[in-house]
Amino acid sequence: MLVAGELAGQIRRRERSAREVVTEALDRVAGGDAAIRAFVRVCADAALAEAEALDRRIAAGEDPGPLAGVPVALKDNLCTKGLETTCGSRILEGWRPPYDATVVERLRSAGAITIGKANMDEFAMGSSTENSAAGPTRNPHDLSRVPGGSSGGSAAAVAAGFVPVALGSDTGGSIRQPAALCGVVGVKPTYGLVSRYGLVAFASSLDQIGPLTASVGDAALVLEVIGGHDPADSTSIDAPVPRLSDAVEAGVEGLRVGVCLELIDGVARDVEARVREAAEALSGAGAKVEDVSIPELRYGLSAYYLIAPAEASSNLARYDGVRYGLRVDAPDAAAMNKATRTAGFGAEVKRRIMLGTYALSAGYYDAYYAQAQRARTLVTRAFDRAYAQVDVLLGATSPTTAFPLGAKVDDPLAMYLSDVCTIPSNLAGHPAMSVPFGTGDDGLPVGVQVLAPALGEKELFRVGGVLESLAPPIALPALGALGSVERT
Amino acid sequence: MTPAAHDSGAWEWVVGLEVHCELQTATKLFCGCRNRFGDEPNTNICPVCLGLPGSLPVLNRQAVELAMRIGAALHCSVRPSIFHRKNYFYPDMPKDYQISQYDEPINVGGFLELPDGSRVGIVRAHLEEDTGKTTHVGGGGRVGSSEYSLVDYNRAGVPLVEIVSEPDIRSAEQARLYVSELRGILVATGASDGRMEEGSMRVDANISVRRVGSEQFGTRCEIKNLNSLRSLGRALEYEARRQIELLEAGETVVQETRHWDEEANRTTAMRSKEEAFDYRYFPEPDLVPLDPDPAWQRAVAASLGPMPADRRARILEVLGGTEASAQRDQVGVVVNQALDDLVLTAVDHGAPGSLALARAANEAAANPEAARRLDPKAFAQLILFEASGKLSSTQSKEVLGELLVRGGGDPEAIARAKGFEALAADALAAVIDEVIKANPAEWDSYLGGNDKVAGALIGKVMAATKGQADGKVVAAELRRLRSSS
Ligand SMILES: [Zn+2]
Repeated sequence: MLVAGELAGQIRRRERSAREVVTEALDRVAGGDAAIRAFVRVCADAALAEAEALDRRIAAGEDPGPLAGVPVALKDNLCTKGLETTCGSRILEGWRPPYDATVVERLRSAGAITIGKANMDEFAMGSSTENSAAGPTRNPHDLSRVPGGSSGGSAAAVAAGFVPVALGSDTGGSIRQPAALCGVVGVKPTYGLVSRYGLVAFASSLDQIGPLTASVGDAALVLEVIGGHDPADSTSIDAPVPRLSDAVEAGVEGLRVGVCLELIDGVARDVEARVREAAEALSGAGAKVEDVSIPELRYGLSAYYLIAPAEASSNLARYDGVRYGLRVDAPDAAAMNKATRTAGFGAEVKRRIMLGTYALSAGYYDAYYAQAQRARTLVTRAFDRAYAQVDVLLGATSPTTAFPLGAKVDDPLAMYLSDVCTIPSNLAGHPAMSVPFGTGDDGLPVGVQVLAPALGEKELFRVGGVLESLAPPIALPALGALGSVERT
Repeated sequence: MTPAAHDSGAWEWVVGLEVHCELQTATKLFCGCRNRFGDEPNTNICPVCLGLPGSLPVLNRQAVELAMRIGAALHCSVRPSIFHRKNYFYPDMPKDYQISQYDEPINVGGFLELPDGSRVGIVRAHLEEDTGKTTHVGGGGRVGSSEYSLVDYNRAGVPLVEIVSEPDIRSAEQARLYVSELRGILVATGASDGRMEEGSMRVDANISVRRVGSEQFGTRCEIKNLNSLRSLGRALEYEARRQIELLEAGETVVQETRHWDEEANRTTAMRSKEEAFDYRYFPEPDLVPLDPDPAWQRAVAASLGPMPADRRARILEVLGGTEASAQRDQVGVVVNQALDDLVLTAVDHGAPGSLALARAANEAAANPEAARRLDPKAFAQLILFEASGKLSSTQSKEVLGELLVRGGGDPEAIARAKGFEALAADALAAVIDEVIKANPAEWDSYLGGNDKVAGALIGKVMAATKGQADGKVVAAELRRLRSSS
């Protein structure tokens, strides 16, 4: 599989040109994405122009940075100047942001080249990438299955080998769960480590941007590039990003690892078995492994489904047809708002706006929103107690391997349960990583989740590096066959 | 008992005011766009104040400082505070929520002492962002019948401080006094230009009535669209009368928001309590808590200049402590128009204070911008001329008017040019005397009845006065001298 760090090294040493690398990536997308539909938009001309400019800079003796010439996919909720950004929604059809997200600027100044925008559940609400106005994305390992979501396009683009690096966003598991289902590495950083400026908001207090990559080392490299303080985001942490690339090779000797019982209870047997095997592998590598119980984590899902919709109901109010995106005309402004929102939003988005509006309403605020915030505090404190005992926690990322398309679309609660293991880290603002570790009984990838306390990225990458080196191999998707699959 | 008190019997007004004040910051509350009134529509805008997807607010330090200055001037305490989102749909609100402080505002618990000695409590003075401005085109400019609406987002995100009073106000006069005093304070802190007519200060009033002696509040109404001190007073008078009439007829007051219709001179219902918006306030997750460090708070409080009350006290002090109510009003005008220096300098030069005060509060204050540019020494000299009888009061006012129009000048020269005075006559007589002595032949000829030489004599006087003298006055003086010789 492609590794971004090596690729950038070859380009910086002029062993390969960026143009050649980007052309190959575009060819792979052209050949395989009709079946997978990881991308909602490919910007071939702009990417090639950027690659050529980069090659000229290298020829002139400049060093374009650690991601020189690396093709990347961006989740379509990251603002790209002049390039349509629609968040998988009809309501933003045709909207071209007049500015780049901070992470997009940082990727570019490190030499990375954006080749397209990746599909997603509408406004990042979903766990299967089926809630997209552009239609569903398919799992490269089995085209009848979902890639997970909401960053399903990003995960599928990496899993299919289109690009070595993609960015996603994670509000309740939207990077880690698709990473697990597609057999790639996905990291949700500590809240505030990566600037949210230019990330179209779903739930502001939970959203974080992070990498989906083919290797743990690449995830470290990308996080070093996109992380760090940004004055444009008031919630951005004012501290330098640690050297994560070194941590990947540092091993786990003496590290205290807790297998979190609540994060394997109730998950599929084969998934639980892979988590246990991962724990054994870490133990074999010198970590001290023990079981840990954090009963409060069970409040996470309910708290999340009040807080996230509440914030979303406010964040999504601006799509009113007045300034940009879709407008459905009507006799007056209020009727125009209503007609626009009725036509522009999908069912899941509407459901969450209503849930959130209700949770914030006069007379219900204390019982719902305020109570959910208390539960959130409870979860955070419970984590704090656990982290007095262990350095990192281990659990499942997703309760199951990739499920068939359509299996949960009519059962929102079943779909919401996909995030039960990932949500607690968002509530606490903690970092977590999903690392591929073998397959389930169905032969599909299983992700093991590593959790750490706030700013515990170094420990996360130490564990991730070891797990990656000891993981049973996963069969790569057969790319050659993809082109022949019928487009649906 | 005054007739008015008798008419309204035992009713008492209970009024609280909410004053929105636009802060004079260089940039907006959450972005770097210029905060400037009157620019071409939609030129001071960016992704943040347009609420574009993905944009995030960053709090303006200068706005926090000005809010703290206002708080300090109103004797409030600064508290750790947070921002909330106030959710409602409106086309001129780019995010369809307003970022505002709600139950944890920056300034709490102060008071404002009015010139009449009464004190109005201040509940809070909090920070929030302004909205854009909508213009309805066609259909008489009303939202319902207009063909389309235009929105200007230059004002969207402009910082506001909302100052909420306790319901301590009992009359229209006290309400006007409160707003006027508050305006003076806002200007003195440097936070605001205090211009109600340009909308940089906007007032909403909450009013209820109750029987004198009752401790319980009546049902209140909120009145919006009060754009001047005059409409504030008239709206309160109307609304109190309406509520009293309802109650005396055995009916009840409905809690609602009412709109002041300036032309019809009445308030009309906008929406009742049942129809009131549910704003679904919740803490703004895109901003962090605001907790200004104590050293900053102390520095801000220490940097406050004298407030209007201090300046009034100073003027009354140099006037000799006269407490006449007419004079207090004049002092108020002088302080509100920032003409303190005219009065203080005149007194310093030995002019009588009451005269300086009267000219400053009446003639100078009629053209306040010009008056603020006037050299206080010139003003002092003018007052001295008037006080010594060299200029009549009518002449003095005319010279002052000329000084204001010209934006300065020498009062003596202006008075001479106008041929005024005593003063002018004295000075002119001396010049004419010199001209006669220097031109004995012409003078003899003139005395002999030759009027033709008068022109030459006048011309020499004009030359000697560099054109300042009035030709007709000189001619009259020559005739007077001939007839008396
Ligand atoms: Zn702006």
